[in-house]
Amino acid sequence: MAIFIDENTRVVVQGIGAQGTFHAKRNQDYGTNIVAGTHPKKGGTIWEPLGVKVHASVREAVEELGANTSMVMVPAPFTKDAILEAYEAGIQTIVAITEGVPVHDMTEVYDTVVRRGGVRLIGPNCPGLISPGKSNVGIIPADITKPGKVGLVSRSGTLTYQIMHELAQAGIGISTCVGIGGDPVIGTQFLDVIKAFAADPETEAIAFVGEIGGSEEQLAGQWISENIPDLPVVGYIAGFEAPPGKQMGHAGAIVKEDGPGGESAAEKKEILGAMGIPVAINPSEAAQLMIKRLS
Amino acid sequence: MDLVEYQGKQLFGRNGVPVPPPGVVCRTPDEVEAAARQIADGGNPLTVIKAQVKMGGRGKAGGVKLAKSPAEARAHAESIFGLDIKGHIVHVILVEPASGIDQEYYLSILHDRVGKGYLVICSREGGVDIEEVNRTNPAAVVKEPLLPSETVDGLPRERALDIVTRANLPAAALDQAADLLVKLFAALKAEDATLAEINPLILTDDGRVIALDAKVSLDGNAAFRHGDYDEWDVEGIEVVDEQTRAAKAADIAYVRLDGDVGILGNGAGLVMASLDVVAQAGGTAANFLDIGGGASAETMAESLRLVLSDDRVNAVLVNVFGGITQCDLVAQGVLGAMEQLGDIDRKLVVRLDGTNAEAGRRILTEANHPNVIPAATMAEAAERAVAEAAARAAA
Repeated sequence: MAIFIDENTRVVVQGIGAQGTFHAKRNQDYGTNIVAGTHPKKGGTIWEPLGVKVHASVREAVEELGANTSMVMVPAPFTKDAILEAYEAGIQTIVAITEGVPVHDMTEVYDTVVRRGGVRLIGPNCPGLISPGKSNVGIIPADITKPGKVGLVSRSGTLTYQIMHELAQAGIGISTCVGIGGDPVIGTQFLDVIKAFAADPETEAIAFVGEIGGSEEQLAGQWISENIPDLPVVGYIAGFEAPPGKQMGHAGAIVKEDGPGGESAAEKKEILGAMGIPVAINPSEAAQLMIKRLS
Repeated sequence: MDLVEYQGKQLFGRNGVPVPPPGVVCRTPDEVEAAARQIADGGNPLTVIKAQVKMGGRGKAGGVKLAKSPAEARAHAESIFGLDIKGHIVHVILVEPASGIDQEYYLSILHDRVGKGYLVICSREGGVDIEEVNRTNPAAVVKEPLLPSETVDGLPRERALDIVTRANLPAAALDQAADLLVKLFAALKAEDATLAEINPLILTDDGRVIALDAKVSLDGNAAFRHGDYDEWDVEGIEVVDEQTRAAKAADIAYVRLDGDVGILGNGAGLVMASLDVVAQAGGTAANFLDIGGGASAETMAESLRLVLSDDRVNAVLVNVFGGITQCDLVAQGVLGAMEQLGDIDRKLVVRLDGTNAEAGRRILTEANHPNVIPAATMAEAAERAVAEAAARAAA
């Protein structure tokens, strides 16, 4: 079954420049149903090399082609408006890949799109998501994935690929991998994805990859320990060596010096450990822990 | 980006948030003495000599002093320049006419990561550590999350008045404090700040409510819509190392650390993980550097050059997982960079995995560059880089 995207996903791509075209074509080659691209001034043209129509608006793609999912690849200054446009057009799942979106913009988006419920926003600053064998929406390289029973959710990009790769080498496949992104304000949290995995009959184990900053890993851990204590869950946190007060690449990867606490990797590991959730300290250990739990 | 006090006050001032008359920004004791004299000649014999660093606790550290004369101002400056305030060395001092303070309060607005919105914090207890007040007397600290409509439309005055009233500010301060709070939130939005903190917010002895201090953080992601963003990055407030400066100029994500193993990787999470595995192998990273996705050979070369320009670096770990990025192209990029850089006198341990990894490793093996050591896994690469760094350090 997988979560959030599957063989019924119909994608409209907002942003048909070089990046958008490259990744949409890869998704299409994988078997994802890309129904259209959008560009305000190129409506009515054909988007090569995908061979699908360009619409002037998301609404047109929804009405004419039944688009239910949007991939947002426009630059950061335009991302807020693109997400709001998709929302207003009735898109059910919005996948925002773009990095560099201002916090104020995302706060407004969060209030408008996420708090009201009913729409799945993933990202921004994320690699997207893949349900191997079914659909790939985003920039995750499909050739390192293999279909299977582990649900993977992560704030990172290439670090996630590393873990998927190590699992694949051990013969362990993925039901869905969801990249939730590295920013402080994102549309989908660890807990949202984990609840969906818990309800998915095809997902039999969960691995989550966190980073320093925020406290979403612990929030998810709390729910896991109370609701699905018997499901194999393995965590991994990157950033044990990150100094406080420094942003480590991702806008959300920062341990605030006068903050509420619980934002460092060591604290997260300790808190999650106390909840019965093992947390690895490097990718190999994460893969090994999962292999052990599944055997 | 964090602003220092005088910059925060400039930002407040241009957004209508009341601040004291502007002081003079000084870099030497001579300048401080001259500033104090200039202010005294203007009718204000009392000046405040204030360290300008991006760190709190300046007062406690001896970085804020009252001067009754230009000579005293100079003496204070001599003790404050070069002061180390929790790792931040003082290079710039603000000399301000002393304000007559009747009362001190606390007011801040910040972007709250947990609530995914804005939080106003207000207390009658100002001029002290707000964390301490929150611990010992939490009832004295009002914490008010703003509503989604307020996020978009701004804070209504009635709400602002309600907040400062519940914080028990005295009647004489309420109206002005409410007005100030409305303007403070407007400033936060207009300038894309994630934090605007005033501690203390004061009631002057002539009945005005003004921001005696200003701590502002700006959202780096919003730089594209603020043409003057770069102007806040003033030379000399905090002396940064050559690598940090070069990285900023080249828009490369870089953080200087304390060790001797230089780190480069593609992806922030992967690079953070690289710091961790190096530590787990018994070494210490000299830096974090994320070359980003789909990096070109030029970016790889520039990043390598940057890391190698750091004399503390004894060995380098290049950790790449190719997703879209192809490892054979990365291998070529590394070798091309080594060509450009010439004799670097340090070993590069290069771990390639993912797309075309076999081809990439083969290219490196066949090139057989004396300073490039291919490694098959992250763990092995970290062990080797740590060993190479230790060997060079011992030599």
